[in-house]
Amino acid sequence: MIPILFFLFAGLAIAAALLMVTHKNPVYCAIFLIITFFALAGLYFLLGAQFLSVVQVIVYAGAIMVLFVFVIMLLNLSEEARLPAGRSYQTGFGIAFAAILAVQLLVMVAAGTRLIGSLTGEAPASGTVEKLGATLFSTYLYPFEVASVLLLTGIVGAIILGSKKLPKEQ
Amino acid sequence: MNAIPLDYFLLVAAALFAIGVAGVLVRRNALIILMSIELMLNAVNLTFITFAARWQALDGQLFVFFIMAVAAAEVAVGLAVIISVFRLRGTVQVDEINLLKG
Repeated sequence: MIPILFFLFAGLAIAAALLMVTHKNPVYCAIFLIITFFALAGLYFLLGAQFLSVVQVIVYAGAIMVLFVFVIMLLNLSEEARLPAGRSYQTGFGIAFAAILAVQLLVMVAAGTRLIGSLTGEAPASGTVEKLGATLFSTYLYPFEVASVLLLTGIVGAIILGSKKLPKEQ
Repeated sequence: MNAIPLDYFLLVAAALFAIGVAGVLVRRNALIILMSIELMLNAVNLTFITFAARWQALDGQLFVFFIMAVAAAEVAVGLAVIISVFRLRGTVQVDEINLLKG
């Protein structure tokens, strides 16, 4: 059962990510990214991170992607215009560098990790709310407080940057 | 075969990260570049959770928790920047936003 689910989620994540990068319409890109996030939530669940799997769906596929879709709606973006012919070398270089990076990462992982073991039928150390919360509020208390300050700063910054008052262009 | 080697998860994460890099390098739309950055952050999260499962430790999962908080703040501020750039310049194509180009 686990191998079937793994290949289902992994294939779905990679296929949707490829479609996200290649599709012209930003709305479809957002939808493919949501599919990727759902598939990743499935992978997190297989790895025993139940709480993070749920948080992934709520925070990423829910909150963050709703923000993206709202901004796409606000900006009223049309489909991306075809690139002018003179710029296509940039696309070529981009794809080439990404392919080099992909080969490096895949070879590195494939060569170095023969010994890290397998995921068998049982879910490993389960990341339940109880265990995560106990660690979060003892060992990681200060990072937690700093994260809350960071989120507050993010809210204030987003409001300031998104508000109507902007310095006039001369 | 009833067990998945944990390196398969790492391979998926590496592939997703490379796809995200390709998106940042190839696309011209600032929104889609931001989405590709989110994809890379998620690939890193998958790596963290894989190693947390390997070592039976919860610290990796907590790092993913913090990465999610940072990503949420980053997306909120980044989208606000994109909106104000769109108000000023009327476009979100990054190769048309060249005010600082000498």
